Amino acid sequence: MNIFQDANRQQIANRRLKDHLLHTLFLLATSVGIIALTVLIIDIIIDGWAHLSPDLFTNFPSRKAENAGMKSGLIGSLYILLILIPLSFVMGVGAAIYLEEYAPKNKFTRLVQLNISTLAGVPSIVYGILGLALFVRMLGLEKSLISGALTMTLLVLPVIIVASQEAIRAVPRSRRDASFALGATKWQTVSRSVLPSSIPGILTGVILAVSRAIGETAPLIIVGASTYVAFLPQSLTDAFTAMPIQIYNWISRPQVEFKDLGASAIIILLAILILLNISAVIIRNRYQKKF
Amino acid sequence: MATLIEAKDLDLFYTDFHALKKVNLTIPEKAVTAFIGPSGCGKSTLLRTLNRMNDMIIGTRIEGQLTISGTDIYSNEVDVETLRKKVGMVFQQPNPFPKSIYDNIAYGPRLHGTTNKKELDEIVETSLKSAALWDEVKDHLKRSALSISGGQQQRLCIARALAVNPDILLMDEATSALDPISTLKIEELVQDLRDKYTIVMVTHNMHQAARVSNQTVFFLNGEVIEFDETEKLFSNPGDKRTEDYISGRFG
Repeated sequence: MNIFQDANRQQIANRRLKDHLLHTLFLLATSVGIIALTVLIIDIIIDGWAHLSPDLFTNFPSRKAENAGMKSGLIGSLYILLILIPLSFVMGVGAAIYLEEYAPKNKFTRLVQLNISTLAGVPSIVYGILGLALFVRMLGLEKSLISGALTMTLLVLPVIIVASQEAIRAVPRSRRDASFALGATKWQTVSRSVLPSSIPGILTGVILAVSRAIGETAPLIIVGASTYVAFLPQSLTDAFTAMPIQIYNWISRPQVEFKDLGASAIIILLAILILLNISAVIIRNRYQKKF
Repeated sequence: MATLIEAKDLDLFYTDFHALKKVNLTIPEKAVTAFIGPSGCGKSTLLRTLNRMNDMIIGTRIEGQLTISGTDIYSNEVDVETLRKKVGMVFQQPNPFPKSIYDNIAYGPRLHGTTNKKELDEIVETSLKSAALWDEVKDHLKRSALSISGGQQQRLCIARALAVNPDILLMDEATSALDPISTLKIEELVQDLRDKYTIVMVTHNMHQAARVSNQTVFFLNGEVIEFDETEKLFSNPGDKRTEDYISGRFG
């Protein structure tokens, strides 16, 4: 007897058709994102390619488009990062270690956890308002570099905490058991056995958080980044600007040359972001092989 | 043989679950004691009370007494870190750290304050020799511990446990995940180690218990049904349940 003789070939054909249709649908959904990104990049490059030159990096902004550069924006962003990275790393990883390894598993901890995850999704402008109230007014730091940096630190902190927690949680229980069974204290187990394995995941989280911080404009506007800054901040309490602010300023001007300059600045910003994200992927891949 | 470990009316609860019921037993020193019994009977639970690894499970409650060399290990005078130094453990799945072979062995001594390189070198060599692994890895000490075979990894874990100079070695089904040849090598190792260490091993494999141990303890449903010299327990068990288990009528 032929074991295939009662196969319902029509029904199978229908199932396969549905399979193919959905496959195509998902492909289209993915393409929308890719096409949009490609169009954006091509558009920006067309507008901004002409103005890309070393002058862009070394000149301060000026009322004349030929002389304008984003030196103050670049350096401002850099200074913000130099303050933000160590602060958010220490506080973020510290909080993650506490929540994962030391905090008792009770309702209060779960509440804190929920709050942190929620904070990761709060719109950045809200952080700007918080920074204005807390750093600029209450602590009297005025509209300065340090206010901007601290506000951005708060912005990225929840993201770093969540990413670090994931990385720490990924270390299997057997690793910790082995360490405790040899007579280690909690901190010894965390520092010698859990953290070394989590560092790649934590680093990836930090790099991604930083790449978000570079591009955020709204909180910096509220905290008072100036839009026309033709000098470099000499101390933490000086006025400052940052790349996204500079871009925003140029794009808003009526002259076409400034809009094109804005496009050039966007190319630079995008290049930095792509670089950061690629390095995050490389780090993640290199360390994933080991474990 | 002198008694080293003694449990008196020991009860253990995982929150509401009564995992160990009025356990009374003695374990002799410098000998191999096997815990046998069907799944879920409490043998691993009792093993883990010996080095207080159960402390890490939330909701665990102990009543009764568990003494090693006469000292109640659940009393306040005992530091759990020192206890775990004296009572080492090897787990069912080999769990070497993702570090080099050398750093795996040196991990324990470094925890307890040994930093001198010469001392550490000596400890690494001695431990690996005690675990019958030295000849196989002595030229590759800096290689990752994950690059050696499963059987070798388990011997590495034994060496790691021995590196802190314990008196007691607990083995929680340490050969269950290994192939027969590696299992045999470890059983031979256990025979060699019993002159220096007190070994308590949980095993699913009755024949292993019969081959390797001096004393066997039979568990059922959280109770110790019977414990005796291995030969006696297997040839002439006192309790019918023991006899049924050994002859394969259940479990």
